[in-house]
Amino acid sequence: MSPLDPKHGRHLLEQMLRVRRMEERCAELYTQSKIRGFLHLYVGEEAAATGVMEQLLPDDAVVATYREHGHALLKGTPMTAILAEMYGVAEGCSGGRGGSMHLFDMEHRVYGGNAIVGGGLPVAVGLALADQLAGRERVTACFFGEGAVAEGEFHESMNLAALWDLPVLFCCENNLYAMGTALARSESETDIAAKAAAYEVPAWPVDAMDVLAVERAAARAVTAVRNGGGPHFLELRTYRFRAHSMFDPERYRDKAEVKSWRERDPIDLLAARLRGEGGLDDGSLAAIEERVAAEVEAAVAFAEAGTLEPLDTLTRHVVSEPTGGLVR
Amino acid sequence: MSTTTYREAMRDALRAALRDDDRVFLMGEDVGAYGGCFGVSLGLLEEFGPERVRDTPLSEAAFVGAGIGAALGGMRPIVEIMTVNFSLLALDQIMNNAATLLHMSGGQCNVPIVIRMTTGAGRQLAAQHSHSLEGWYAHIPGLRVIVPATVDDARWMLQTALDDPDPVLLFEHGGLYGLKGELRDDLGPVDIDRAVVRRSGTDVTLITYGGTLGTVLAAADELAAGGIDAEVVDLRTLRPLDDETILGSVARTHRAVVVDEGWRSGSISAEISARITEGVFYDLDAPVGRVCSAEVPMPYARHLEEAALPGVGDVIRAVEELGFRG
Repeated sequence: MSPLDPKHGRHLLEQMLRVRRMEERCAELYTQSKIRGFLHLYVGEEAAATGVMEQLLPDDAVVATYREHGHALLKGTPMTAILAEMYGVAEGCSGGRGGSMHLFDMEHRVYGGNAIVGGGLPVAVGLALADQLAGRERVTACFFGEGAVAEGEFHESMNLAALWDLPVLFCCENNLYAMGTALARSESETDIAAKAAAYEVPAWPVDAMDVLAVERAAARAVTAVRNGGGPHFLELRTYRFRAHSMFDPERYRDKAEVKSWRERDPIDLLAARLRGEGGLDDGSLAAIEERVAAEVEAAVAFAEAGTLEPLDTLTRHVVSEPTGGLVR
Repeated sequence: MSTTTYREAMRDALRAALRDDDRVFLMGEDVGAYGGCFGVSLGLLEEFGPERVRDTPLSEAAFVGAGIGAALGGMRPIVEIMTVNFSLLALDQIMNNAATLLHMSGGQCNVPIVIRMTTGAGRQLAAQHSHSLEGWYAHIPGLRVIVPATVDDARWMLQTALDDPDPVLLFEHGGLYGLKGELRDDLGPVDIDRAVVRRSGTDVTLITYGGTLGTVLAAADELAAGGIDAEVVDLRTLRPLDDETILGSVARTHRAVVVDEGWRSGSISAEISARITEGVFYDLDAPVGRVCSAEVPMPYARHLEEAALPGVGDVIRAVEELGFRG
C-alpha cells in the first residue's frame, strides 16, 4: 500500500467530518423541533458519497435519494442553504418547498433529493441522454440504496442506460437494509453488482467504509464513463449507524451488528491510517474539527435567521413563472 | 387549405417540430421502425434518424423518466405512450417527478416535456386499451392536459405544447386518427389556455372535448332540426380549465350539458358541473346535465361497448331532460 498524500487525506477527512458534524447537529435540531418531517441521516455512510464526489467535476450532475444531505454538501451546495432548507425557510436551497428529502441546487447540478425509491434512476438516465445528444462530456452520478434494486425502475433504467451507452455512474449504497428489511429477506439474488452486470453494465463491489477504496473505484468508473465507456456501476458496501429516520426503534437488527460496523467507522479508519503515516496529529485534527464546527455554527445561525415565505406565494412554482406562476 | 387526416396532421406537427428545433426528439414504443402503433410517426425515422426518432424498450417508467431527465438537461422531448392505460406504468414519473419537480425544487427544475398518448374507446379493444383517464391527469397541479379534437388542433397544438416550459400531456382519441378535415396550413400555434366555441347557439351549452366533439356536434345538428339552438364548447385543455369561456357561455344560454367519455364519478365532467354551479348558479334555468361512459371497464362486444359510450341519442335526451317545451 503506497502512502497517502497527507494533504489529500486530510481533505477527505474534513469532507467526511463536514457531513458527519452537520448531521449530528441536525439530529439535535430535530429533537428541538427546529427540523420536522422525515430526517434520514447518512452517519456511517459518508465515505461513499465523499469518494465518488471527489471524482466529479462541477458540471457533472448528481441525482440522489432522501438520504442526500451529504451528497448535496459534497457537490458544492453551501451548508447554510442546506440547513435553511431543513428549517423550511425561503433561504433554503429549495426555497423551503422541499425539506430534508428534496435538496435541489441547479448551480451545482444537484437534482434532488428523490423520495420515491428507484424514482431517480430514470431521471438520471435522461440527464445522461441529454448530454449524449448534445455531445457534452458530462457524467451523471445516480445514488440509490440497495432497496431500489427491487423496483422495476431499477431494471428498466439499467437496461436503457446500457442499451444506449449513456454516461451514467450508478452508485448503489448497499447499507444492507431497505428501511427495516434486510437484503436477504427481500432479494433472491443478493449480489447486487451481478444484477447490474446482467445488463452488460460493468459493475464491481467496493468496501465503502474505506474512502480511499471508494475514490479509486470511482476514479476508474468516472474516467470510463466520461470517455464514452457507457454506464458503470459501483456497489458501495456500507452501513447506516443510526436509525432509518428519526422514528425507528431498530427492532430489525442486533446491537452487536451495529457495534461491529461502528468499529469500521470510515472517519476513524481514515484518521488512523493518516496518523500511522504521520499525516495527522492531534493538532491538525483539532484544526479540522474547529473549521467544521465553525461552518456548522454559521449554517445554523443562517437558518435561524431565515425568513418564512409569505403565504400569498403559496401556489408559486406549480407552473413556471413566465406563464403566470399561479395554480392552474 | 388542404384535406388531410388527424393522423397526418399530427405527423406534420411532429415533423415540423423535429425540423425546427434540434432539441426536439421523439421517443416511445415502436415510434421508429414500426412507424408508430397508430401510424402517426410513419416515415419520421427515415427522415430524422434513430437518435431523434427513438424506439424504446417496453419500459414506460424508464422512458418517461428519461424524457423528464432529458428535459431537465435542456432537450425538448416528445414521449409517446401507446395508450393511456399503459401510462399507468409511468404514473410515478408523471406524478412524482414531472408534475412535482418544479415546486419541490423551489422553482429551479422546470420540465419542458410533451407526453402524447392515445385515449378512448370505440374500437373493441376492451378494458385495458380503451379508457379515458385524461380527467384523472387533470387533477394534478403542475401538469397541463390538452386534447386536440380537430385536424387543425392536431396540427397546431403541439408547437404551443413544446413552447410551454412545463410538462404537457397531449391526448389523442384513437377514434380520431382517421378523421378527415380541411387543414388550415397557416393557422400557427393554438392558444391552449382557451377553450373554443365550435358552434354558436342560444338555448343550451354543450361542453365537451376530444373524441366526443363529433358526437356533440352531430347532436347539436339534430337538436337544431327540433328547434333547440345549442352552443358547443370544445374545452381543448382540461387543465387549466378555461372558466371564462365555459361560464360565459352558460351565463348566456342558461342551460348546460357536459359530455365526457370518462366515467361519471369523480370525473372532469363533475369538476365542470361544480364550477358552473359555483360560478353561474343564478343564471341557470335547469340543473347541469351530464353524459358520461357507463361505470364499467370497457367491454369487448360491440353492442355493449356502444351502449357504454356517450352517443348522439344520449346527448339529445340529456338536453331534452333540461325542461325544454317543444
